[in-house]
Amino acid sequence: MEISIAAETVTHILGLPVTNSLLASLFTTLVLVTVSYLATKNLKEVPKGIQNVIEMAVESLYNMTQGVTQDKEKTRKFFPIIATVFLFVIISNWMGLLPGYSTIGIHEETAEGLKLVPIFRSANSDLNTTIALAVIGVMSVQVMGISILGAAKYGKKFINFSSPIAFFIGILEIIGEIARMISFSFRLFGNIFAGEVLLTVIMTIAPFIAPLPFFGLELFVGFIQALVFAMLLLVFMNTAVMEHEEEH
Amino acid sequence: MELTQENLQVIFASLTITVGAIAPAMAIGKIAATGLEAIGRNPEAAGDVRSTMILGVAFAEAIAIYALVVALVIKFVG
Repeated sequence: MEISIAAETVTHILGLPVTNSLLASLFTTLVLVTVSYLATKNLKEVPKGIQNVIEMAVESLYNMTQGVTQDKEKTRKFFPIIATVFLFVIISNWMGLLPGYSTIGIHEETAEGLKLVPIFRSANSDLNTTIALAVIGVMSVQVMGISILGAAKYGKKFINFSSPIAFFIGILEIIGEIARMISFSFRLFGNIFAGEVLLTVIMTIAPFIAPLPFFGLELFVGFIQALVFAMLLLVFMNTAVMEHEEEH
Repeated sequence: MELTQENLQVIFASLTITVGAIAPAMAIGKIAATGLEAIGRNPEAAGDVRSTMILGVAFAEAIAIYALVVALVIKFVG
């Protein structure tokens, strides 16, 4: 039973290490791009086949966004990033359950003997991927706040000299934004990594039939975590662009 | 039993997840209980209550997952 918290390095390109989770996230991107190309290649008024499935997914995401913002203008702004994050997270979580992930690899000589270095590893079971997603998410919240409220009005949330209390609340808000990044990244990483460990342990104990219900559980967890990530991002964006006139 | 580093790692990894799972367990129980109560009072809203409840459970579960990550780090790193 081999469990490694850090993603393994498969190869080096120009001296930069290329890890298996990076390869998996590039593969996810490739799948997403290919599917959306195929779905939109010849659009029809009455959708059929793959176009129908994609339209259903996009429409339910759009309705979810609209349900939270209750504003067409805001929905048009938030929807692209929310949908991108959701689709990337859910597809990479589900693709991590495919056979071949963290099983097919290269044997490498190490100090402790031969070690299997898998070519693919579920993209979100590497903290680097989830931190990148969290930073993109929290930064886009700031961008939305500035673009809708304006830099001066939005900046007042963080730097405010009107009273000592407001100043300290501003500092707390800055700490809060950093804490959001940490909780975003650790929640996703923890859930997916714990799932990988759970499956490895179950497959060591009983390799046949027994892992099946756990694969079902991991499918569910993958969906829920993608939903939680997108939903939280949406709620944060929505609160960032709210005007606080009524308080004064 | 000797207190080697490996034994200590196992003991503290198990302690971490044991203690860390208590609060999320109570939180998930409370969320499910109040969710069921709400569905019982207002069965028409079952769908809405259920999806919000699952979101809440996912947040509470995240705390247990943090403890699990720490436990795994203690066990497998260092």
